[in-house]
Amino acid sequence: MDRIANFFASPAMKVVLLAFALIFPLIAGSEYQIYVMALAFIWAIAVYGLNIITGFCGQLNLAHGGFFAIGAYVVAILTVDHGWAFWPAFVASGVFSAVFGFLVGIVSLRLKEHYFAIFTLCVGFIIYLLLDKWEALTHGSLGIINIAPPEGFGLIDFTRTIPFYYLVLFFLVLAIVLVSRISSSLVGRTFLAIRISDDLAQSLGINLMRNKVLAFVLSTVYAGLAGGLYAGVVRFIGPAEAEVVHTFDIITYLLVGGIGTLMGPLVGTMMITWLTQAVQSFEEYRMIVFGPMLVLLVIFMPKGVVGTFLTWRGRRLASKAPAKEGQTRVGDSATSSKEARDNA
Amino acid sequence: MDAFLQQALNGLTLGSIYGLVALGLTLVYGILHVPNFAHGALYMVGAYISYYVMVDLGLNYWIAMLGAGLFVAVLSVLCERLVFHPLRHAPPIHDKIAAIGILLFLEAVVQMHWGSDFRRMPTPYTGILEFGGLVLPAQRLLIIVGAFSIMGALHLYLKKTMTGSTIIAMAQNREGAFLVGIDANRVAMMTFAIAGFLAAVGASLFAPINLVYPAMGHLVIMKAFVIIILGGMGSIPGAIVGGLIIGFAEALGGYYVSSTYKDLIAFVLLVVILSIKPTGLFTKGVR
Amino acid sequence: MLKINNLTKRFGGLAAVNDVSVEFAAGQINAIIGPNGAGKTTFFNLVAGAMPPTSGSIEFNGMDVTGMAPDRIARLGIARTFQTTKLFEQSTVLDNLIVGHRLRTQSRLWDVIINSKRLRDEEKKCRAKAAEVLDFVGLSHIGHRYIADTTQEERKRVAFALAMATDPELVLLDEPAGGINPEETENLAALIRKMVDHGITVCLIEHKMDMIMSLADKIMVLDHGEKIAEGTPEQIKTNPVVIEAYLGSEEDVEA
Repeated sequence: MDRIANFFASPAMKVVLLAFALIFPLIAGSEYQIYVMALAFIWAIAVYGLNIITGFCGQLNLAHGGFFAIGAYVVAILTVDHGWAFWPAFVASGVFSAVFGFLVGIVSLRLKEHYFAIFTLCVGFIIYLLLDKWEALTHGSLGIINIAPPEGFGLIDFTRTIPFYYLVLFFLVLAIVLVSRISSSLVGRTFLAIRISDDLAQSLGINLMRNKVLAFVLSTVYAGLAGGLYAGVVRFIGPAEAEVVHTFDIITYLLVGGIGTLMGPLVGTMMITWLTQAVQSFEEYRMIVFGPMLVLLVIFMPKGVVGTFLTWRGRRLASKAPAKEGQTRVGDSATSSKEARDNA
Repeated sequence: MDAFLQQALNGLTLGSIYGLVALGLTLVYGILHVPNFAHGALYMVGAYISYYVMVDLGLNYWIAMLGAGLFVAVLSVLCERLVFHPLRHAPPIHDKIAAIGILLFLEAVVQMHWGSDFRRMPTPYTGILEFGGLVLPAQRLLIIVGAFSIMGALHLYLKKTMTGSTIIAMAQNREGAFLVGIDANRVAMMTFAIAGFLAAVGASLFAPINLVYPAMGHLVIMKAFVIIILGGMGSIPGAIVGGLIIGFAEALGGYYVSSTYKDLIAFVLLVVILSIKPTGLFTKGVR
Repeated sequence: MLKINNLTKRFGGLAAVNDVSVEFAAGQINAIIGPNGAGKTTFFNLVAGAMPPTSGSIEFNGMDVTGMAPDRIARLGIARTFQTTKLFEQSTVLDNLIVGHRLRTQSRLWDVIINSKRLRDEEKKCRAKAAEVLDFVGLSHIGHRYIADTTQEERKRVAFALAMATDPELVLLDEPAGGINPEETENLAALIRKMVDHGITVCLIEHKMDMIMSLADKIMVLDHGEKIAEGTPEQIKTNPVVIEAYLGSEEDVEA
């Protein structure tokens, strides 16, 4: 039992996961499955983005799906209406999401808790309305077709499923590596302090606004780039991409996997995607299951699959190996006598 | 001038519906500090129950409205008991996500049962009244009169009954209310029941001049949030005044500025207000 | 070191802190006492910059810090703990402390992306600091334990350690001995003394009178937002105004 648990938590597990992802196209039953997996990877990137602002920093952003749609539309509009190639448009989708995220962030992040959630819900809706109504720019409810696929420069054809799968996998790995670095770094710890409490973070000398905006912009860039990739593979988008239900999907993935954990977004997205696939024609009514599942999760398992596992394992380790850590560090012997005296 | 008055009347109609929905939302927020994202779904369910009783069962409009009100009141209490009550000590992000879960569930159930088609609910009051050039369909008059009667009744209930004044007391000071031995559970359930009832009645009033469909609650709930932020989260008069402000702004803005973007008006207003004053318009002191 | 001049904070019409002037000297333990609702925590919030005063000024080491943002005040060397100890439950004690030294570091997102030397050095520095303060509060043996599995007293100590990790000159402790038993209270008092021995100035709010009387060098008494007395424990004990307003009615004087 413990051995299995240790394996799941070890770096080796990540190698296994990556290896599996790399050979997946070979073992997949059909091209459709590879396509589904590629789409799931794209969503996972967006979920990683939400995890930065909501999981690490504790601010429930309900405009996340809107930023995903913005990224997709930037690629669509630039490639279709302005003749850009995919790659520059893709970069532009990241840049634009960052700029827009920054502007929304400096206004919305001054708001606390509920206000922030409500405000971002409204921002998401404004994005939807604009995409739907601003016909001159967005083609309105018709949507945009014939979006340019990523150029392979004569070497690779990204309109084919398998090359695109590897392209998306590459970005997903990149996204996870960056989040992993952030979460274990001082920057990530700063976000976590804000999640515990604004007051506490400030009392530790943390500039709330600067760090929240940083986390928010990071999350919108993730969402925007995921949206850009999505436009490149689906090659047809409409205002429906900005519907708030996508934000709720993303939240569900995050919560199932484990909010604030490193592997949670991936685990959650994979689980739900393949669960949905497993039940045919389930897609349309998935919310009948997702809805109560969200409720049950926050009541009984708020840490999600990964979070619950890590806590369980962490406690197990802690109870098995008492008094090991901490002693090895800074001048223990010198202070222990002083400590004994003080505690006497 | 006539056009202005006409739009003002439309604004009053809209505003009174918004006010009803926002009232429930603000009461729940005042008591439990939960921004109930599921409130719009309750509104939507109310419209469907009303439609079902009236069209499928062929009963009277008023019975349909009452039936919807009671059904949704019970549904709302169930949400409180099964979801919000167990989460009352959870981190603030959890109750919001749970509320979203309820919203998704209710919408999916309605969509499965009734499909996602737009439905039109008939009204028994099809007459059109005219006051010196102003045209007012009877249903709109009914909305205005109905909404304000209900607000009046609610006001009496909150002021004159024991439970009502306890709700007010709790909304103003939760800890103080606990100190004087108020049964918090009963008050919370009552508040949810009232909120659900108001939402369903609002939906039943509004449905005949609007369409009934599973996503009909989205816009309404978001506008209701804008309203209670405008009016101060938890404030009862604030919800009514805020509702009217948004109603007028939309009717007039839709007419004079742009009808394509009229749904944006409320949100732009919110963005502007919160950019200037992050705690909302009518909040006093700290929090 | 801390000089307060005519500090006032009003909420609506109510003055939570009213025209308080006081001076706290370096290297001492200063206590603020008073009945519930006397404005003690508001006073702390003002000093720490969590809210701006309505009028009056706050000088720290001769520098005017009135109305300064709390994070800047923290960087200047004022740390604080809160009545309720909020910590990150799902991680270990040591992990909780590392962020405490963040304010003395410079690394930004770019350092994280390229994994710069500065970042690695600073992370090492923060870890060392965390271990050092953990050791200081006598909790080295539970550094690996999850916060959720610690006792109330241990949590209090972790909160102290977190404040210490910011390298403060002045520490504001809001009811450090709230919710712990008498024996633990004594241990905590010893820890507070140890902080002062290390050159830190302490300012605390506390209800446990015997702890205050044996610990404090100076006491300020607040009642209804106003300073009604200040002095040594002996002076306070015998001050008739204080006895009238506070000590006489409070049962835990002897506790």
